[in-house]
Amino acid sequence: MSRIIVVTSGKGGVGKTTTTSNLGAALAKQNRSVALIDADFGLRNLDLLLGLEERVVYTAIDVLAGECRLAQALVKDKRLKGLVLLPAAQNRNKEAVRPEQMQKIATALAKGYDYILIDCPAGIELGFRNAISAAQEALIVTTPEVAAVRDADRVIGLLEAEGVNKISLIVNRVKPHMVEENKMMSVEDVLELLGVPLNGVVPVDEKVIEATNRGEPLVLGEFESTPAMAYTNIAKRLEGEKVPFLDLMANQGNILSRLRKIFGG
Amino acid sequence: MLFPWKNNDNSKDHAKSRLKLIIAHDRASINSDILKAMREEILDVVARYVEVDREEMEFSLSNDQRMTSLTANLPIRQIKRLGELQRQLQENNGLDLQKIEVVEIDKTADSKNAPSK
Ligand SMILES: Nc1ncnc2c1ncn2[C@@H]1O[C@H](COP(=O)(O)OP(=O)(O)O)[C@@H](O)[C@H]1O
Ligand SMILES: [Mg+2]
Repeated sequence: MSRIIVVTSGKGGVGKTTTTSNLGAALAKQNRSVALIDADFGLRNLDLLLGLEERVVYTAIDVLAGECRLAQALVKDKRLKGLVLLPAAQNRNKEAVRPEQMQKIATALAKGYDYILIDCPAGIELGFRNAISAAQEALIVTTPEVAAVRDADRVIGLLEAEGVNKISLIVNRVKPHMVEENKMMSVEDVLELLGVPLNGVVPVDEKVIEATNRGEPLVLGEFESTPAMAYTNIAKRLEGEKVPFLDLMANQGNILSRLRKIFGG
Repeated sequence: MLFPWKNNDNSKDHAKSRLKLIIAHDRASINSDILKAMREEILDVVARYVEVDREEMEFSLSNDQRMTSLTANLPIRQIKRLGELQRQLQENNGLDLQKIEVVEIDKTADSKNAPSK
């Protein structure tokens, strides 16, 4: 049974594309076949994060127009057996596709792959409706900030109204030292507000930016990093494994906070 | 200041309390189905005791700095008689109405436009 999962958030810039690329790579590394669909028409960048931009020939629009077969449009990742990308058109806008068409493509891909991950554009208009049209599950990406959490709540409501009830949360860009100082909401705070189960926690990390510079998902890097571990764990949880959440606060015992404890601050 | 770090202003508490309010409001205004269902249920309960003008009633959600509140404005057409109530309640769930304090109803009041507040 293949699973069609949309990665969405409402707000832009919270880490949907970063999550889609790393999760896709992590699942492929665990020997799953994965098709990634870039549903961000006009602003595609999943190909860039995966380092596949030079090999894009056809896009989803060409498939829909009958100018190529679906299999021809899929870009295979040479580093990972089982990972393919269906690129979005860059020269068209979000109105170029309709929900039924996206559904058709995703359903066709579901015949050949274990996972279909759909990278959703920001917003809640047609681009969003396209991206969720075929989804059976949703991963909500948010950050511990007011606007992102509010938008996440809105999107969860819309998904539920569409009958997508298998929803879980990824809290991205957590800054442990700010959480420690009560200057940022904790993961628990966000969970309490949104009321959906947690699937993963990813800290802010410069390595995320370095990896995008290289066009190489973190989980393919030579060295283990905290965000790479976080994405690997999310992939495992999707697979049904029980993996404890990373303790991002573990390294926060600096001198100041120890002093605080001593003085009861 | 002896312990300057004790003085941090907990901006996360601001974030959380503001979000609680705004999310409550978003959810309520977006999901009119929930509001509709709640309205029907409240009306069913109220209608056991008084006759409500269903055309004129108003349900609304509002929020100020501190809380989101539900305001119901239910113009009452007629208040039921004690005996009627007693019969109804006993039929429904065998409640003992003796325990309910009876308030004298002013029968001369214009029951059609009885004030709702
Ligand atoms: N955990 C993280 N740590 C550091 N930077 C991040 C992290 N997650 C995302 N970013 C950065 O944030 C920006 C937006 O991420 P992106 O995945 O493109 O968001 P979206 O697809 O939701 O618009 C990118 O520059 C990305 O490198
Ligand atoms: Mg994106």
